[in-house]
Amino acid sequence: MRELGPNEILFILAAVRWTLLLSLVAFIGGALGGLLIALARTSELKWLRLLANGYIKLFQGTPLLMQLFLAFFVPGLFGWSVDPWMAAAIGLSLHASAFLGEIWRGAIEVVPRGQWEAATSLGLRYWPKMALVIAPQAVRIAIPPTIGFLVQLIKGTSLASIIGFVELTRAAQVINNATFRPFTIFALVAVVYYIICRPLSAYSKRMEQKLQVAAR
Amino acid sequence: MTISASTPAAGDVMIEMRQVDKFYGDFQVLRNIDLTVARGERIVVCGPSGSGKSTLIRCLNQLEEHQAGEIVIEGKPVHASMRGIDLVRREIGMVFQSFNLFPHLTVLENCTLAPMKVRGLGKAEAEATARMYLERVHIPEQALKYPIQLSGGQQQRVAIARSLCMNPKIMLFDEPTSALDPEMVAEVLDVMVELAESGMTMLVVTHEMGFARKVADRVIFMDAGEIVEVAPPETFFSNPRSERTRKFLGQILHAKQQH
Repeated sequence: MRELGPNEILFILAAVRWTLLLSLVAFIGGALGGLLIALARTSELKWLRLLANGYIKLFQGTPLLMQLFLAFFVPGLFGWSVDPWMAAAIGLSLHASAFLGEIWRGAIEVVPRGQWEAATSLGLRYWPKMALVIAPQAVRIAIPPTIGFLVQLIKGTSLASIIGFVELTRAAQVINNATFRPFTIFALVAVVYYIICRPLSAYSKRMEQKLQVAAR
Repeated sequence: MTISASTPAAGDVMIEMRQVDKFYGDFQVLRNIDLTVARGERIVVCGPSGSGKSTLIRCLNQLEEHQAGEIVIEGKPVHASMRGIDLVRREIGMVFQSFNLFPHLTVLENCTLAPMKVRGLGKAEAEATARMYLERVHIPEQALKYPIQLSGGQQQRVAIARSLCMNPKIMLFDEPTSALDPEMVAEVLDVMVELAESGMTMLVVTHEMGFARKVADRVIFMDAGEIVEVAPPETFFSNPRSERTRKFLGQILHAKQQH
């Protein structure tokens, strides 16, 4: 049995960088995928809407843990080996795409129809209309729920520990197995998550209130 | 349906609607619409709410699709699903009841967006044009403000300027003064009268009968999706043929007196 000393604590804290990096990668991947999903969901093409809707339903209707398992094991069936880092990044990105896509679809649809009509009647085509008229208005609406989801995503990276990716939670498990001080260790880990997530939640809340004031 | 005596010569036809039908699901909002509008002609469309008058002008730039019949703009049949519909739309300005200015852009940016992105104008040129039209609608000093900082009347005049910046051949007005406080109606109508005097082809859905008398070449009365009556304003107001027109005029003129 090892003692829980400064080295062990340091090992846990150092793993925060993998939690943050995984969150960042998954958020960027999810943002790219989510953008496509949101545009597909608001498209005039019915098959595109249905396709995007199916994707969202699939990922919102299954546990993130299962999605990570599948991201880890399914490529193996085709003879591709993915390491836990790749599997976690891909699984979380796909997961985030569905949720961000749905959040952003909502934000796009909140932009009043008159804005679309005015832009259309000026002869703007789809892309400039989306980029210059609709998106700038949708973004403001989308920021608070997007950050809210980012908090969920950061906490969700802890599930990547199950497929063996050594981030904050996994590092804590490793140290706990050696020292068996679960209360101290997992309390510490919870505090670290809290310190990361709390400012984001507060920021999201503040943005939300600001938007409400602006809407009045 | 026959159009009144002022049906234009073929060479100068701007808009032609032939037996146009439009449905929302099973509900027919436009029935067998025939209408020919000459270049420079000013048409006022009125009728009770739900009569299809807004739908009619929204079909012209295909914000609403029609299901049967033909709509021809400057000799070209148009449909929302066709390639190049945006080329037709850029020639047709539209002013909405609810202004629909872009809230994240300044007045000037509202006016330069489409000329730059659609017509490919340079920034300086687009801004010069925008300032010229803002001058014309009497609010050059508001160019750098955001729409929310303006009164309703000012916003609607910006909306008119924004459309004019595209140098359109036709201007459509969909109840442009209905959302305005009474004291702001006049400033918007004045701008529209000036525009009419400049020779713009205009279709205006409005209940402002004073405006109709003053500038309309023809007044169209619609009810239940049909064009019931088309006449020059003198005839329309003094001697309407249809019972439905008489009843409608009685109602709105009576309502006006109560104000």
